[in-house]
Amino acid sequence: MNVLKVLKNGIIDENPTFIQVIGMCPTLAVTTSMENGIGMGLSTLAVLTCSNLVISLIRKIVPDQVRIPCFVVVIASFVTIIQMLLQAYLPDLNASLGVYIPLIVVNCLILARAEAFACKNGVVASVFDGIGMGLGFTIALAVIGAIREILGSGSVMGITLLPEAFPKTILMILPPGAFFTLAFLIVVFNALRNRGKKDK
Amino acid sequence: MNLFTILLAAIFVNNFIFSKFMGICPFLGVSKKLDTAVGMGVAVIFVITLSSAATWVVYEFVLVTLGLEYLYNIAFILIIASLVQFVEMFIKKSSPSLYQALGVYLPLITTNCAVLGVAVLNMDNGYNFLESLVNGIGASVGFAMAIILFAGIRERLADAPIPKCLTGFPIALISAGLMSIAFLGFSGML
Repeated sequence: MNVLKVLKNGIIDENPTFIQVIGMCPTLAVTTSMENGIGMGLSTLAVLTCSNLVISLIRKIVPDQVRIPCFVVVIASFVTIIQMLLQAYLPDLNASLGVYIPLIVVNCLILARAEAFACKNGVVASVFDGIGMGLGFTIALAVIGAIREILGSGSVMGITLLPEAFPKTILMILPPGAFFTLAFLIVVFNALRNRGKKDK
Repeated sequence: MNLFTILLAAIFVNNFIFSKFMGICPFLGVSKKLDTAVGMGVAVIFVITLSSAATWVVYEFVLVTLGLEYLYNIAFILIIASLVQFVEMFIKKSSPSLYQALGVYLPLITTNCAVLGVAVLNMDNGYNFLESLVNGIGASVGFAMAIILFAGIRERLADAPIPKCLTGFPIALISAGLMSIAFLGFSGML
């Protein structure tokens, strides 16, 4: 199994945010700052990797008709574990992500990978698929968060970048900014990918 | 008055699509035609209203009584999944015409984060039964309104001359962003 290929597939070829456009709820909701974006991305990565691991282990035992409820329970258990860990060690991040942590359960990305990859492939490949998809998701959220934070608050990761005199576009950290930033990034991502193809 | 405030806040001010971003997947996925959007909207109103009642009852009388609050996430998603399944079977038996109209959209609702979102928010805000129910109705009516309005816009956009790189998701997201700005205007309402 080509591990690098699986990783690249998750980060670039089938990037969950820019190509598949799934898992939109956390992508748009928590990216008011880069820190929140990375926090949500890494939490999702952890849940996705663990659930892919368990699902690829149990895929031969679970009857086909009840596989979705089983997968959902596996995912929900890991989300509960992550939420407890965040509450214990990163209470600030947990507070700012709020209701969106329990909502990782219904992130279509995780169930989609369980259905499309983990229940058809072996353990090692599934774990790397989870890491690749999770990284692709984290990078996307970090980029969206960084753009919105620079334009909306003039800083990145809490460090002020733009001078005071530079006007802050409050709209970017309000909900509409999330839609505009994602639309713009999808256009850029598609343009870059298509240009690459022509060069070959 | 308090219930009325919750209802208005859930429909307009905290609209699930435009300010909480819950249920964006079906919002972008099934909004290409007006009639499918109406079907999805009605199905979501139905399921969210039932599930906000069911999750409240289970949380108050089972999880809190047994001291198992930390299992709420697993419990809620199971309730929602089985409720959707049950609603689907019930409609199939009792009203085949409604089943024809909603059929395809019902299974999709399990992974609509708005359903779980309402349940978790009701719990976080400590709403009582009636408040939870009203919040559920408001949130789902807000969702239905948003998806139906958006489908109307997308039907028009389908014929519009759009630059090639913007077709599909980007133009849909930009339209949604503009609608979201319009909905920001409601924030002064309460």
